[in-house]
Amino acid sequence: MLNMQCKTIHLGLLLSVLLAPITVLAQSAEERGLEIAKEADRRGEGFDDFRADMQMILRNRQGDESRREIRVLGLEVKNDGDKGLSIFDEPADVKGTAMLTYSHKTEPDDQWLYLPALKRVKRIASRNKSGPYMGSEFAYEDLGSQEIEKYTYKYIRDENYDGMDCFVIERDPVDKYSGYKRQLVWIDKQEYRPMKIEFYDRKNALLKTLTNMGYKKYLENHWRPDVMFMENHQTGKTTRIVWSNYRFRTGLSDDDFQVNDLKRAR
Amino acid sequence: MIKFSRTISIRLLLALSLCLTLFSATAADTVPYLQIGVFSNKTAAKDVVRQLEKQGFDVYQQKVDMVGRPAIVVLVGPYERSSQARYDQNRLREKGWPAAIKRYPELPKPKPSTFRASVSGLISAEVRSFPDDALYSSEQHDTTASLVLQPEFYMSWNDRKSSLTFVPFVRGGDEDDERNHADVRELLYINAMGDWELRLGVGKVFWGVTESLHIVDVINQVDLVENLDGEDKLGQPMVNLSWFTDWGTWDVFALPLFRERTFPGEKGRLRGPLVIDTEQDALYESEDKDENVDWAIRWSHYIGDWDIGLSHFSGTNREPEFVPGLNSLGQPVLVPRYNLIDQTGLTVQAILADWLLKLEATSTKEKEERYTEAIAGFEYTRVGLFGSAIDLGFLVEYLYDERDELATSVFEDDVMVGLRWVFNDMQSTEILMGAIYDLDGTATSSSIEASRRLGQSWKLALEYRGSHDVEPTELGYALRNDNYVQMEIGYYF
Repeated sequence: MLNMQCKTIHLGLLLSVLLAPITVLAQSAEERGLEIAKEADRRGEGFDDFRADMQMILRNRQGDESRREIRVLGLEVKNDGDKGLSIFDEPADVKGTAMLTYSHKTEPDDQWLYLPALKRVKRIASRNKSGPYMGSEFAYEDLGSQEIEKYTYKYIRDENYDGMDCFVIERDPVDKYSGYKRQLVWIDKQEYRPMKIEFYDRKNALLKTLTNMGYKKYLENHWRPDVMFMENHQTGKTTRIVWSNYRFRTGLSDDDFQVNDLKRAR
Repeated sequence: MIKFSRTISIRLLLALSLCLTLFSATAADTVPYLQIGVFSNKTAAKDVVRQLEKQGFDVYQQKVDMVGRPAIVVLVGPYERSSQARYDQNRLREKGWPAAIKRYPELPKPKPSTFRASVSGLISAEVRSFPDDALYSSEQHDTTASLVLQPEFYMSWNDRKSSLTFVPFVRGGDEDDERNHADVRELLYINAMGDWELRLGVGKVFWGVTESLHIVDVINQVDLVENLDGEDKLGQPMVNLSWFTDWGTWDVFALPLFRERTFPGEKGRLRGPLVIDTEQDALYESEDKDENVDWAIRWSHYIGDWDIGLSHFSGTNREPEFVPGLNSLGQPVLVPRYNLIDQTGLTVQAILADWLLKLEATSTKEKEERYTEAIAGFEYTRVGLFGSAIDLGFLVEYLYDERDELATSVFEDDVMVGLRWVFNDMQSTEILMGAIYDLDGTATSSSIEASRRLGQSWKLALEYRGSHDVEPTELGYALRNDNYVQMEIGYYF
């Protein structure tokens, strides 16, 4: 009797030991990709709000450069996309121009632009998310709030990138107005930070590569790159974004992201 | 040598401060800080604070009494947990700032100063050329050049909730003395208090949604000598109170002083055979003349993809009618007469995917008569034309004026079609082409505006404006020889 019981326990143990790796194996590439994306998203949560200065250096194939300076304010929104306010300081002819974005998880974002010369607040059709941001190599969708729901995912492989163990996942934009067919993202296993993103255009040709450099940790566990370098392989143009003066939990609230505030954003 | 002794004094103070912190650590509510050092020298402390802030740390200074001598402790933090402090301790060490983790009672967070001040602005040179001969006077010019200076002085405080802006404007050098003018475009104090916002001073207000004309914008007078398109406005003295609610924004305006419209002078182009004389006092329906206090109220709201605005204005019309008169030399001129009106305005804009639908309408009661004006149309944008970065917008607007041929504006039953090319390039190149066709006649007026940034701070703008096949019975007939091309180069600072 006692022996029997022992055996059953044994069998159960054996079964569970045998089955365990099978369940891991049974996880599909899609599930694994989503899991990685979710973990990266979870680690990025909880910053509440931030302020930062962004400098963009645009450079064309001939080496001509143009500089943009933008103050960025962001607000984390629970259960929806984040809110963002960008205030332009350079070039001087667009100084005082401000852009307000309410991003959404699946619906199109709401976007307003304030043109200081006319004192005009203009609602923008936000479908042009694939369009260039301020003439740079970054599209609006590259800089917008990266919500889980905006893509479908697929785990591709593990790869060493720049001395770091990384997951390589593919993410396909859900929105048919996206400028991309797919993106390949290198995420480091240690901190789940996107180190590199390859963007493939609608014809599935490699369009751009984004490299994030100089990650710094803010708050408890919020990593932000100092430099984001985007290279367009088809035109040879590049845009380097240099972030500075990152500040988190600065006490911003919904009130700081109202359409009415655009007129005195500055 | 001096440097050496300072290091020693810092060291000494550091050691002494240990006792101080040990003592304070026993206090109940303490949080971890990183102590950079204790300084007897105020400027040295300030210098350290500045360097640390530059590197993105939250830095605090605290005055302490160090054995009877005042000293300053420089702290970085506070941190919720010691582990976070240890992380920054490493960061600081890497940057050459060894720091000790100390517990202090949480210091009252000094709000970072949000005072901002800036001087910016624009200097621009303009050349305007009229290929056709002037019709009314040998003194009228064919080509003219002028300079514009428009600086902006701005300061804000209280985290941008309060601000003061001053924007003077001056144009000089033009052949037409009436075009050489100065204005205060803005001298505005803004104070935002929660759901309320006060604007006091001289300012500009934009309500419109359409592109061809802006009929609902009734607050500011048009600075017509600047451009026929009516988008240049004179600064309007105002008190404006806004109230933001969940069911829309309410704006109330009191407008104590009336601004007269500017018109081309004797030597100027873009005028009729009779000069509109602004030297003599204009005529007003109101007994208070230009001191009549005008009122306006507006409600605006956005619901999903719809934006809606409803306004009412009661006061002196910005658009005059003209009565024949004589100038100081006894020559016949036109004198503007400004009537009192009650005008209700409506703006609607909807976003339907790539389509923007637009409507502006006004109903105006002037001299016991009521009339309607309306502009309705759409803008359709093709994003990323042929796989490029270029956006191409198609604009169509219908312009209606119930007063028909009696209308004071040139457009009463017209259609505007336009094309907007936005190149989305480094130089922000844009081209806007438009033509307005009179459906009741043969007249067409057209315009091309193109602009492009040069380098970082310069901007080049080209403009053509003209009319064709205007019948002699039309208002626009007087301007039939006044088509022009214009080049403007501006330096922004």
